[in-house]
Amino acid sequence: MTHEMLQNYWWLIMSVLGALLVFMLFVQGGQSMLANTPRAKRPLLVNSLGRKWELTFTTLVTFGGAFFASFPLFYSTSFGGAYWLWIFILFSFVIQAVAYEYRTKHGNVYGTRFYDALLHINGVVGPVLLGVAVAGMFFGAEFTVGKENILDVQAATISRWGPLHGLEAIASWKNLLFGFMVYFLARTLASLYFINNIDDEEVQKIQHRMLLVNAIIFVVLFLSTCAVILTSRGVEIDAGGNAMWSEYKYLNNYIDLWWALAILLIGVDLVLTGIIKSLLKPKFRSGIWLAGIGAILVVMSLFWVLGYNHTAYYPSLLDVQSSLMLANSSSSEFTLRTMSYVSLLVPFVLGYIAWVWHKMDHKKITQAEIDQAGDDEIY
Amino acid sequence: MNELLMNVVDWSRAQFALTACYHWLFVPLTLGLGLIIGVMETIYYRTRDEKWLATTKFWMTLFGVNFAIGVATGIILEFEFGTNWSNYSWFVGDIFGAPLAIEGILAFFMESTFIAVMFFGWKKVSPGFHLASTWLTALGAAISALWILVANAWMQYPTGVTFNPETMRNEMTDFWAVAFSPMAMAKVFHTVTSCWALGGAFVVGVCGWMLLKGRNRDHCMRSLKVGGWVGLIGIVLTSISGDTSAVVVAEKQPMKLAAMEGLYKGESGQPIVAFGILNPAKEVGNNEEPYLFDISIPHGLAFLATHNFNAFVPGIEDIIAGKSQDLQGNSMNTMSYAQRMAHGKAAKSALAQYNAALKIGDSAALQEHKQVIDDNFQYLGYAYLDDPKEAVPNVPLTFYSFHFMVTVGGYLMLFFVVLLALLNKPKWVPEKTKLKKALYWLAIITIPLTYLCSMSGWIVAEVGRQPWTIQDLMPNKVAISDLSAGYVQTTFWIFAVVFTALLIADVSIICKQISKKSQTDLNVVEKK
Repeated sequence: MTHEMLQNYWWLIMSVLGALLVFMLFVQGGQSMLANTPRAKRPLLVNSLGRKWELTFTTLVTFGGAFFASFPLFYSTSFGGAYWLWIFILFSFVIQAVAYEYRTKHGNVYGTRFYDALLHINGVVGPVLLGVAVAGMFFGAEFTVGKENILDVQAATISRWGPLHGLEAIASWKNLLFGFMVYFLARTLASLYFINNIDDEEVQKIQHRMLLVNAIIFVVLFLSTCAVILTSRGVEIDAGGNAMWSEYKYLNNYIDLWWALAILLIGVDLVLTGIIKSLLKPKFRSGIWLAGIGAILVVMSLFWVLGYNHTAYYPSLLDVQSSLMLANSSSSEFTLRTMSYVSLLVPFVLGYIAWVWHKMDHKKITQAEIDQAGDDEIY
Repeated sequence: MNELLMNVVDWSRAQFALTACYHWLFVPLTLGLGLIIGVMETIYYRTRDEKWLATTKFWMTLFGVNFAIGVATGIILEFEFGTNWSNYSWFVGDIFGAPLAIEGILAFFMESTFIAVMFFGWKKVSPGFHLASTWLTALGAAISALWILVANAWMQYPTGVTFNPETMRNEMTDFWAVAFSPMAMAKVFHTVTSCWALGGAFVVGVCGWMLLKGRNRDHCMRSLKVGGWVGLIGIVLTSISGDTSAVVVAEKQPMKLAAMEGLYKGESGQPIVAFGILNPAKEVGNNEEPYLFDISIPHGLAFLATHNFNAFVPGIEDIIAGKSQDLQGNSMNTMSYAQRMAHGKAAKSALAQYNAALKIGDSAALQEHKQVIDDNFQYLGYAYLDDPKEAVPNVPLTFYSFHFMVTVGGYLMLFFVVLLALLNKPKWVPEKTKLKKALYWLAIITIPLTYLCSMSGWIVAEVGRQPWTIQDLMPNKVAISDLSAGYVQTTFWIFAVVFTALLIADVSIICKQISKKSQTDLNVVEKK
C-alpha cells in the first residue's frame, strides 16, 4: 500500500472509531435522563448503563490515541489550540468515571445525589461538546500551522490558536447545533437501549414516551445540521497540494462519492426504522440495534465526506493553507503501515466485546435482580 | 516574553506532574491487586472452597474502587500530551502515538470489557468464564502498562527513528527497536514488578489492621500467604530489574545517574553513597564539597553502573566538560556540553536553511543542508540551551528520591521475608504479645512507605532527565502549547481541587469498606 492509501485506510479506521463512539454515547444520553426518572426506578437505569460506561470511555480514549498515532498534527493543533473545549470534555469524563463506582458506596463523602449530579453533567456536557469538537472539523477553526516555528525558541509552537482557545468554538451556533444534535441522538439511543435492556413495565412506558420526544427533536436537529453542512463551504485541495475555499464542498463530495451518500441514506433509514418500529410496536425491543447500526453508518459517511475527495478535514479560518488534510497531517508511511497490522485486531476486539455483551445481557435487568444483588454487584 | 514563556512551561510541567502523581497513586494498586485477585480466584476455582471466594470478593471490592479513579486520572494524562504539549505531540507523534493506539486497541478494551464480567458476572457466566475474565482484566492492565512504559522509555532514550526535516519531526523506522529498546525492557519489568510489591504490601497492611482489631483471622492468613508471596517475588524482581535499569541509565543517561548520586566529579572505582546529606551550597563549577555528611561503600557505584568494580563513573562536571576515563584509568574525551550546543546550533541553522531551500526548490542546497542536519541532529535540543548548566536536573530532589526508593526497597525485601517466615513458623512470635502488635503496626505503616517508594521511583526517572522532554532532542520549553500561563494555572488548580476531592472520597470508601466488611464473616460469601 502507498502512503496515500494508508492515510485513507487510517481515516477509515478513525471513522469507525468515531462512529462507535457516537453510538456508545447512549450511555451519556441515558445519564442525562436520570433526573427525569422516578427515584425508585433510577437504580435500574444506572445499573443498566453502569455495565457499559467503561466501553464508551475506552472508545473515547482509543479514538484520541488513534488520532494521535495516525494524524498527530490534528492532535497537536486541536487539543493544544481548543484548550478549553477539550478540558471541559475531559473533566466531564473524569467525573463520570468515579461517579458509577462511588455513588452508593458507604463513605463516599459527598452523597449519592452528588454523584448522580456528576453523571448528569457528563450526560449533557459530554455529547454536546464532543459534537462541538467534531463540528469544528466541518465548519473550521481559528488556527495557523507553521512547522518552522519550532526553530524559534521565543515562540516555538507549531500550531497557534486565537486567544479564546476553544471558547469561540463553543459559542458558534453551527457548532452548537451539531452538538445538540449529537446530544439528542444520544438520548434517543439511550431510550432504545433501556427498552432493550430493562425488563420493567414502568421503565418501558417512560422510555417509550421519552423516545418520542427525543426522536422528534433529534430528527429536526439532524435535518437542520444536514442542511447547514450541505450548504457550507469547505476546503478543497488541488493537485499541487494548495488549499482553497470551495462552496458547497460537502454537498459536492456526496455527489462525487455516491457510495458515501448511499451509506448515509441506508443509515438514516435504519435509524428512523429503529425509532418508528419501537414507537409503533411496544413489544419490539431491538430498535437499539437498528438505530445503532444506522447511527454508525451515518457518522462514518460524514467522516468520509469530511476527509476524502481532496478535502481538508480541519479547515483553518485564519489561513486556508494551514488547513489540515490527510496528506499533511498524518504519520509516516512506516508508522501507518505498522499500525495497520495492529488494526487487523479490531474485528477480533469487536468480536469479543459483542460476545461478552451477549453473555452479560441475554438476561435482561429486572427490579428483582437489583433487589437481590449484593452491595458489590450493583452501582 | 521569555519570562512569560517560562511561566507557561513551569505551569504545564506542574500540571502534568500533578496528574501523573495522582494517576500513579492508583495504577500500581490496580496492577498489583489484579494479580493477587487472579491468584486467589484461581485457588477458589481449583478448590471450590467458598472461603477463597469470599476472600477474592473482599479484595475485588477494593480493586474496583481504586480502578475507577485510576481510569479517571488516566484519560487526562493521555489528552494532556495534546492540550499542553502540542509541539511535542507533532515532533514525536509518529512514534509516541503508535504505542498509545496499541494500548487502546489491545489493552483498554480488554480491561473495560472483562471488568464488567468480573464485577457483575458472578451469576451470569460460568466460574471458568469468570476466572478468565479476572485474568484478562489483570492482563489488560499489564499490557496497558507495557505500552505506555515503552512510550515513556522512548522519551528517555530515543531510538529506531530518523528525523525528517521536511515534516520537522521524528519518524519511526524500526518498531521493534522502539518496543524492545533496553530502556523500555528495563523500565517495564522494573515498574510492573514494583507494582506487585505494592499490591502485596497493601494486602499485608490491610490484614495487619484487621489482625490488630482481632477480626477475620482465617481470611487474613489466606490473604497474607498470597499477598506475601506476590510482594516478595515482586520486590526481588524489582531489585534485579533495578540493577539492569542502573546499567542502562549509566550508559544512556549518565547525567541522570550523576544526579541520583549527587556526584559532581567522578573517579575510577567510584564509591556509592549509602547515606548522605547534600551540601546546599554546592553548585556546578564551585569548589564546595558535595556532601555535608556521607557514608559510602567503596567501588559501589562503579559496580552498580557498569558491573565493573574499577570503572570510571563521570560526575556532573565531568559530563559537562566531556571528560571520562577508560577501564585502565586513561583520560579520554567525550562530547562536552559546549560542543553539543555548537552541534545543536549547526543542526538548527541547517534546518532553517533547509526550510528556505525547500520553498524555492533548490535541490542542491537541500542535499547539502540535509547532510549537516544528519551529522548534528542528535544534539538538536542543546541548541535551545543558553548555558550548559541548564542541562543539569534538580540534584537534591533526584538524589533524595533515589536514596529513599532504594532504602525502602531494601526494607520491603526484609519485610516480606520476615512475614513469610512468621507465616511458616507462627510460634516464633506468639499472638497477643507486644512484638506481634508492633509487627501489625509495621505492616500498616508499610503501605504509605511503599507508595512513597513507588512515587520516588518516578521522580527519579522524570526529574532526573530534566530539562528534556525527549532526551537531547527537545527541551521542555520547546515542547509546549501556545497557551497563556494564566490558562494553565487555572486548570492546574481545578485539577488539584478535583483530584484531591476524589482522592478523599476514594480513601474514605476504601477505609469504610475494609472496616465494614471486616466485621462480617469473611469465610462465607454474602448472600442477599
